[in-house]
Amino acid sequence: MRSPAARALLVLVGVAVVAVAATLYISRYLRSPTPFAAAQTGPHRASLTLGTTPAVGKLGHNPSWVSYLVRTNGHWDQTTVFDVPAHSLVHVTIYNFDGKSGLRNPFLSQVQGTVGGKMRVNGKPMDVIPPAASSHTFSVPQMGISVPIEGLKGDAPHQCAEMPCSLDKAHETITFTFRTGKPGRYRWQCFVPCAAGFIDGFAGPMQTIGYMDGFIHVI
Amino acid sequence: MSEPRHFRRFLILWAVLSVVATPIVVLVAAPGLPPGNGSSEASGQVTDNTVLLGIATPIAALMVAYFAYALITFRRRDSEPDEGVAVRGNRQIVVVWLVVTGAIVLFAAAYGSDRLLAGTGAGGGQGPNPLAKPSGDSHPLQVQVIGQQWNWTYRFPSFGGVETPQLELPVGQDIELHVTSLDVIHSFWARQLGVKADANPGVDNVAYVHPTKIQSFDIRCAELCGLFHGHMFQTGQVVSDFRFQAWIRQQQRVYAPATKKLNPYSPSYLPKPLRRAG
Repeated sequence: MRSPAARALLVLVGVAVVAVAATLYISRYLRSPTPFAAAQTGPHRASLTLGTTPAVGKLGHNPSWVSYLVRTNGHWDQTTVFDVPAHSLVHVTIYNFDGKSGLRNPFLSQVQGTVGGKMRVNGKPMDVIPPAASSHTFSVPQMGISVPIEGLKGDAPHQCAEMPCSLDKAHETITFTFRTGKPGRYRWQCFVPCAAGFIDGFAGPMQTIGYMDGFIHVI
Repeated sequence: MSEPRHFRRFLILWAVLSVVATPIVVLVAAPGLPPGNGSSEASGQVTDNTVLLGIATPIAALMVAYFAYALITFRRRDSEPDEGVAVRGNRQIVVVWLVVTGAIVLFAAAYGSDRLLAGTGAGGGQGPNPLAKPSGDSHPLQVQVIGQQWNWTYRFPSFGGVETPQLELPVGQDIELHVTSLDVIHSFWARQLGVKADANPGVDNVAYVHPTKIQSFDIRCAELCGLFHGHMFQTGQVVSDFRFQAWIRQQQRVYAPATKKLNPYSPSYLPKPLRRAG
């Protein structure tokens, strides 16, 4: 039988261990991923190449979660925090490997805030898509930008279920350009309830930085 | 030496403090209180805050005067014992206290109820069947406020059902806000206009506002709604009727492609999919 002092010490140690574990977990949850700098392609010009996948696979802490990723030198990295230059044109390419989910608000089926109010889907200029065909959106509300990402057809051949996906797998290529203004920190997000298996499709990856939400640092 | 008349001295101290502080609070501080005078509803809230502060100031003065008097007059002196004599029971004070506090509470309840239903409902959401409406000959501009994680959009049924990502309102007109949500509970808070109305999924929550001043106003979500709740803010504008007409025409033109894809206007929406692969 341990003495009261020994038992008290044991309880204190146990509480300390739990407190440290909880602190580490929360700080990891809250910590933003490392920012990814958009490639400079000229004076006041930059480019960003992204991908969306039904499951992030071994590239993320939650392999089954839907996610955005960045592509650099032919490799995928999981981050959703981007640095882009101020007062510049940023050209974005998004490779979408995911299927259709449908927009909760059909208003977001229209391209908003891009240069010319257009995007290109597999090279074809478009300003609106059917709301039900939307897989995701790339939206920066405080910059007035929202681009619907058309999803793959359910019977598309050679689909890629989880990252890393090569570009010879079925995908849609969406490109658009937006203009940045003054420096600032802007959140961006997907507005499609695309979190598989979560209530209302808007928990898990939709509520976690690094998956379907992030920040754009205009610097 | 005879004991001074503490109660009379305390009453004089309280009266002086109240007479000095109440006009300062009511006439100087209260008019600058939020939400300001950007709408009839906001002005009404400033009036209510002024009345309540006018009542609260003598009460606060009572407490300050009592503590100050007691701390100074009845402080322990070296020659005195550690504890004073216990004083128990004073029917007169108890009766006065109950009557006065009861009267204040009843007045506040009656005043609050009256003000809540007076005019157009004090800027609060009244549910789908509002009790306090603008006068019968008024034709309010209907604006649907749609909340979703994490942004606000606005629909104007009298302008072809166009939906906009920003909010502009004409000055000097009654506005009928129909607040709803596409997912979880939000709360539409237009601070300088004195409007705060819950946005519930599947519910048409009606609130009225009558902007009286051309100005910009802050729009926020006042209901914790997830990761980017703190980012769910916008800046709205109250503009002249001429500028509003030009703005809404431009919005109709710019968002014509999306307008064709919208669901028919409805007091609320229960969009699909509710759940994906779940």
